[in-house]
Amino acid sequence: MIDVVLLGILVLIAVAAIRLRDLFAVVMLFGIYSLMTAVLFMDLDAVDVAFTEAAVGAGVTTVLMLSALRLTGRMERPSAHSALLPLVVVGVTGAALVYGTLDAPLVGDPTAPAQHHIAPRYLAQGPIEVALPNVVTAVLASYRGYDTLGETVVIFTAGIAVILLLGLHDDARQPATDSPELGRLVLRVVVKTLLPLILLYALYVQFHGDFGAGGGFQAGVIFATGFILYDLVFGDAIARRVMPPRWLPRLAALGVLLYAGVGVLGMLGGGAFLDYSVLSADPHHGQHLGVMLVELGVGLTVFSIVLAIFYALTECRRTA
Amino acid sequence: MSTLPGLYNYWVVVFLMMAGFYVVISHGNLIKKLVGLGLFQTSVFILYISIGKVAGGTAPIAKAGVTLYSNPLPHVLILTAIVVGVATTAVGLALVLRIREAYGSIEEDDINRQDLADDQGAPRAPEPAQAADRKQAE
Amino acid sequence: MTLVEHLPVLVVILPLMAAPLCVVVDHRRAAWLIALAAAWLSLAGSIALLQQVHANGALDYQLGGWPPPWGIEYRVDLLGAYVLLIVCAIAALVLWFARLSVEREIAANRIVHFYAIFLLAFAGMVGMIATGDAFNLFVFLEISALSSYALISMGRDRRALNAAFQYLVMGTLGATFILIGIGFLYMMTGTLNMLDLAARLPAVSDTRTVRAGFAFLTVGIGLKLALFPLHLWLPNAYAYAPSTVTAFLSATATKVAVYVLLRFLLEVFGADFSLGRMPLDTFLLVLGLLGTLLASLVAIYQTDVKRMLAYSSVAQIGYMVLGIGLASTLGVTAAMLHLFNHALMKGALFLALGAVAYRIGSVTLRDFAGLGQRMPWTMSAIVIGGLSLIGVPPTVGFVSKWYLVQATLEQGLWPIAVLILIGSLLALIYIWKLVETAYFGRPAGDVAVVGEAPWSMQVSIWLLVGANLYFGIDTDLTVGVARDAAGSLLGGTG
Repeated sequence: MIDVVLLGILVLIAVAAIRLRDLFAVVMLFGIYSLMTAVLFMDLDAVDVAFTEAAVGAGVTTVLMLSALRLTGRMERPSAHSALLPLVVVGVTGAALVYGTLDAPLVGDPTAPAQHHIAPRYLAQGPIEVALPNVVTAVLASYRGYDTLGETVVIFTAGIAVILLLGLHDDARQPATDSPELGRLVLRVVVKTLLPLILLYALYVQFHGDFGAGGGFQAGVIFATGFILYDLVFGDAIARRVMPPRWLPRLAALGVLLYAGVGVLGMLGGGAFLDYSVLSADPHHGQHLGVMLVELGVGLTVFSIVLAIFYALTECRRTA
Repeated sequence: MSTLPGLYNYWVVVFLMMAGFYVVISHGNLIKKLVGLGLFQTSVFILYISIGKVAGGTAPIAKAGVTLYSNPLPHVLILTAIVVGVATTAVGLALVLRIREAYGSIEEDDINRQDLADDQGAPRAPEPAQAADRKQAE
Repeated sequence: MTLVEHLPVLVVILPLMAAPLCVVVDHRRAAWLIALAAAWLSLAGSIALLQQVHANGALDYQLGGWPPPWGIEYRVDLLGAYVLLIVCAIAALVLWFARLSVEREIAANRIVHFYAIFLLAFAGMVGMIATGDAFNLFVFLEISALSSYALISMGRDRRALNAAFQYLVMGTLGATFILIGIGFLYMMTGTLNMLDLAARLPAVSDTRTVRAGFAFLTVGIGLKLALFPLHLWLPNAYAYAPSTVTAFLSATATKVAVYVLLRFLLEVFGADFSLGRMPLDTFLLVLGLLGTLLASLVAIYQTDVKRMLAYSSVAQIGYMVLGIGLASTLGVTAAMLHLFNHALMKGALFLALGAVAYRIGSVTLRDFAGLGQRMPWTMSAIVIGGLSLIGVPPTVGFVSKWYLVQATLEQGLWPIAVLILIGSLLALIYIWKLVETAYFGRPAGDVAVVGEAPWSMQVSIWLLVGANLYFGIDTDLTVGVARDAAGSLLGGTG
């Protein structure tokens, strides 16, 4: 029942996002849309996905879009074109999708083909073969570990692409002027108190992903969020002194190399690329070790790239 | 469970996907287009996660005494897809900022009009490499 | 496991790991050397792979040591090995050419990251070719797509930015369509492995869900390969990208998309379903022909030579699609041949344009006036590439046109054969405009005296020109591989 309500809310948000011309509102709505989607994912038993959607969709994406909006202006111009052709295209595509669902198994049907064939082995053997209770992590980091290497490379690619487009400079400007306002002061105290907790939590997520929801990706995002928060409240000079922008592309590259390097170790050990079983005399131990190392690589890359993209987008803001 | 609620969920998701798709192809503002792409992709994620749901199941984290889990595979796929989505958004935003710099607008009509003028106008003298380098380096 | 057994994954992870290595080293010349080494090693690997596949049949590789369909599988068959070889060879030659061109066209402080992202685009494409897993294909498709957007945006002209953004939107829509298609297939079969899909699809192929999945995959891939009328992103993207990027992408990106289309249509769904029970063959025939003729017509009116050749690429893709639409072994053979041959033509032509841009800083038609005398070698290369594009013997262009025309006549479709010849005629017109200007045109006003392009650039250009001639005469390798691959994909039904 709850998902019927959630889907209803999503529809309302989507319609509002189409109609509104204030881009600030649209971006915020999109953030809420992601957050509601995350709640829906929780309800559909996808805890890891919910966690990531909340951190990335609602968090990182919104921050990046708002950073861009500060430079581009916030009002959208009404379109001078007829909406007829887009409506026809969307109508045909939508009809094709609905047509496609007519023979689809119902949501939640335990006899659907998707729940058989491959998935049962993950559920039955994952906790044993890969020695991880969180089956999502087992599939992500081991069975389909190569996809996750690809995912890490996608993030790396995006980071390098943004740096190519916007540049990434080291010149830290003056620290933000001390503002006497009480509200600002409260904010600073709160952030100072929260920051260690955020970073600690990121570490917990990084190393606890084997057992519960979480892993390198979410940890990297949270770690970067800590820095972004500090940057937003205290001005960028200090955050940049702790983590100079010029290190970030290299750190990210090292993360990718760590992940792929574990794969090459598997080859040197006589197995296939990314075969963790050969990393240790005990295959289960090898799997565990491999998963830990590649998750570390993911965390490193994601942290550096998210922060680098944030720096690059906000830098543009200052030079404008 | 009767047929309707199962398919009804899909149809709502189809509507959401098409809302995003519509924004992409009908709106001229580049940021709004990126929001549309995000809406479209996020809604496809819901489709995938719905595929993995098993009625009465729980999250696929092994626990003693639990026998019915939802399918972990779509979760893994969508974790990857979420990353791809944010990566695309980031590159898109970087492009938008550069476009804003170069054209002074982020409305598709303005940009295309200027492109057309560039196409028709006398071919601009090729910039000396060094000057352009300096300009890019800044 | 032996080195040979690791080959399928080695050709992919070499560029994939070389890219972050460039960033770590962070030195301009070193980045170029790393990229060059990775590309040439991948090329060596792909040559060895083709030999292996020739001798022993398709090679499988279980990534992570997990057996398919639980783990991700790499699978390189004859067609895959053949396309891998093309992409690796083009990457190796373009990177050799790149050093001077990139120094001229890319800001100094961007060069390291430029090579890194170039390698990522390359790695993404070879990953798409080697993979036997539908979702893994999506991941590598996104790697190559994101890096292509960035590469295109590095063009000097501001229109490169708009072109890159348009491509980003269209490309992401295409990828999302592909994702929807894969989702529908997974819904009905519970698997993502391509061979496993092929085995399990026939049982459910009469469902509306599979039909919709098929449609979304086809349209998504159609966007990626610039199938008319989904090609609108391509001309400006290729016209305003840096020279090396245009040469690399025009010779590889759409080819890989055609390869992916073949994989899904003929292997995953099977020719019976794709071209028989679904009316796709007619669609492909019509769209292929329309694309060829209309894009060639538009090419004639272009004043920017890069854009002229970009439209010509849309036209040439039309020929490949047309070949697939004929739904016969001969037709698919012709499509594959043209895939290989077009990479050689456009590689040579766009590299030669890169050399022109290096010397005179422009590639508008007007600036070509008198170039025949000033850059004789480069212009001869363009002429030979152009003849290949038209389809004059003894170039490779003639070989693929020959097979394509034969494939149409085999089915008694002589009007289509006539239209193909008209397409060649249109190509003759736009190539002639270029040749006329270069050899008989008078440069307007004073022009700086320019010399021939540096020898390092000439090496890459002439190796490709040589390949255009060599494979135009010795057709054993290309025709043999294409025919075998087409035969095995169509299961001897054609």
